[in-house]
Amino acid sequence: MPRLSYRRALTRALADELARDEGVFLLGEDVEVGASMVTTGLAKRFGSDRVRDTPLSEQAFTSFATGAALAGLRPVIEFQIPSLLFLVFEQIVNHAHKFPLMTGGQCAVPVTYLVPGSGSRTGWAGQHSDHPYSLFAHVGVVTVVPATPADAYGLLVTAIRHDDPVVVFAPAGAMDLREDVDDLTPVPLGRGRIHRFGDDVTVVAVGHLVHDALAVAEELAGQVSVEVFDPRTLYPFDIDGLTESVARTGRLVVIDDANRACGMAAEIIASVVERVRLLAPPRRVTRPDGAVLPFAPALDRAVQPSRDQLATAIHLTMKDET
Amino acid sequence: MTDADPVRLYRTVRLIRRFEERAVELVHGGQIVGGIHPYLGQEGIAAGVCAALGADDVLAGTHRGHGHVLARGADPARMLAELCGRVTGLNAGRGGSMHAADFSLGVLGANAIVGASGAIITGAVWAHRRRGRDTVGVSFFGDGAVNEGMLLEAFNLAALWRVPVLFVCENNGYATTMPVAGAVAGSIAGRAAAFDIPAVQVDGQDPETVRVAAAAAVDRMRAGGGPELIEARTYRFDVHHTFEHAVRLDYRPPDEVTRGRARDPVRIQGERLSAVDRAAVDAEVEATLDEAVRFALASPQPDPADALAYLYASGMTARTGGG
Ligand SMILES: Cc1ncc(C[n+]2csc(CCOP(=O)(O)OP(=O)(O)O)c2C)c(N)n1
Ligand SMILES: [Mg+2]
Repeated sequence: MPRLSYRRALTRALADELARDEGVFLLGEDVEVGASMVTTGLAKRFGSDRVRDTPLSEQAFTSFATGAALAGLRPVIEFQIPSLLFLVFEQIVNHAHKFPLMTGGQCAVPVTYLVPGSGSRTGWAGQHSDHPYSLFAHVGVVTVVPATPADAYGLLVTAIRHDDPVVVFAPAGAMDLREDVDDLTPVPLGRGRIHRFGDDVTVVAVGHLVHDALAVAEELAGQVSVEVFDPRTLYPFDIDGLTESVARTGRLVVIDDANRACGMAAEIIASVVERVRLLAPPRRVTRPDGAVLPFAPALDRAVQPSRDQLATAIHLTMKDET
Repeated sequence: MTDADPVRLYRTVRLIRRFEERAVELVHGGQIVGGIHPYLGQEGIAAGVCAALGADDVLAGTHRGHGHVLARGADPARMLAELCGRVTGLNAGRGGSMHAADFSLGVLGANAIVGASGAIITGAVWAHRRRGRDTVGVSFFGDGAVNEGMLLEAFNLAALWRVPVLFVCENNGYATTMPVAGAVAGSIAGRAAAFDIPAVQVDGQDPETVRVAAAAAVDRMRAGGGPELIEARTYRFDVHHTFEHAVRLDYRPPDEVTRGRARDPVRIQGERLSAVDRAAVDAEVEATLDEAVRFALASPQPDPADALAYLYASGMTARTGGG
């Protein structure tokens, strides 16, 4: 069984789609050399017409990709820093996302925005460590956060083939994961994945936190039977899959590496409690409200959701039984 | 490909003029909600530029965008139906005045975000050419847009990658109420010069002058040249937006307005026709617009149950918002 890293899974997905479809091309800063170590080798193989370095003009090249998509191509843009999404939020939301509806269905904008290394990179501080996925879910742009190498491959392939804009967050905390994979296949959007079955509580974990949730579930195994649900796609969200899980366990905890107010955890909890009567109040473990990741490593860690916080939340929800 | 026929050029400016006048009436009558940004006075620019384009070319416009869509040949009846929010509209009533688009004609839409169209058109032209077409593109924008970073980034990309885009700045002297002198450091043509983009200033009130300048630029671009810029000096005859018909804003001196309105592109081009030809065009345009108004107002309203139709090209559907 070949062992595949998360980072190489992304490379493989890009290479396979570039090879499969002439309309696919990659744009970004330093993608020809492959500074992110995701696009490594692609310019050599596909040429600089298909794998293209851009000047530092995020707003222009994001809308350039929109235009190319309107003309029938399938651009993929790599962003070096998650916070660059703030710079191009206007171009993605106001143009790429809105064009199909505003034109009455005259066009499609199949662009993929790939963010390798989203979230904390340890030591990169305030402007390089955000995880703004809930913003895209809020505006209704397809948003995926794969947790494993196989899902990174499968979701990136699906994103590229999808006819609407898709933002792919590849968390820094997952980039160096490896797993044995036999078979790499596209993963459908909006379909969650249960990594571990359990009876007492469903933990929804986003991105790299899936692995933390699995570790906590293992630790607590003698005391609490924890189910770990990985949504994989935040928008559209597999609410049916999660409802099925929570209907069995009766309890819900969400762990999500982004700010608390109006965050994904809030949305997930609201969507579940609209449908399921829980045995205990749900809990969420997130970054604090308004968090800016401080530089010093201990501070950076202190702001990110931790395994201890998750274990505590699980215990609390178990005790809270009504 | 260039259409040098003075009668056709006159018909285009006359059509836009009368379309806009009718649209303003429909705003006042309540049939068009939200108002419009009338293109009155600037007709010669859209007409002249579009007369220089070929069938495979693409363009994107602005919030003041009716003229660009009509000059490209969109059906005035479906355009008016769009302004009235009807299902028969170009955008099935989903776009309205500021987003009217006709992809079948390469009109990638009016765009209501100032400075946004340049990068979109650059990408579209680059993509069409990569697919083997001889496409050139036009990005229309106002004098206000030259202070938007996004547009200047697009200048850089187009020049760097030699994407044949004609950047057309419709300098009507104001961004809403802000005069150019109060907003633009340096000059508009100087923006282009910074990127080695050839730029010319033309009299935007003369449709034929605009056409000749655009045709020359398009010829050079088709022969392998990179982007060019035309600064068309023009004057907006009426309000920034029809809301000003209700609230008088005091920012243009009356004598300036009088002088500006004296140079009328419809009259200037009309004088190149015989009285007989002109009368024939005027009558045909009137009949076309009578029919357009009738069509628009008789067209069905969209069904609120379909309010989010077309949201996703992939066919995905969105959760509803109700309880
Ligand atoms: C990015 C952006 N900023 C502000 C506005 C609001 N706005 C709409 S039109 C306009 C003035 C634009 O002036 P100009 O570009 O000269 O075009 P004109 O209206 O004169 O045709 C403004 C400020 C907007 N639509 N987009
Ligand atoms: Mg202006």
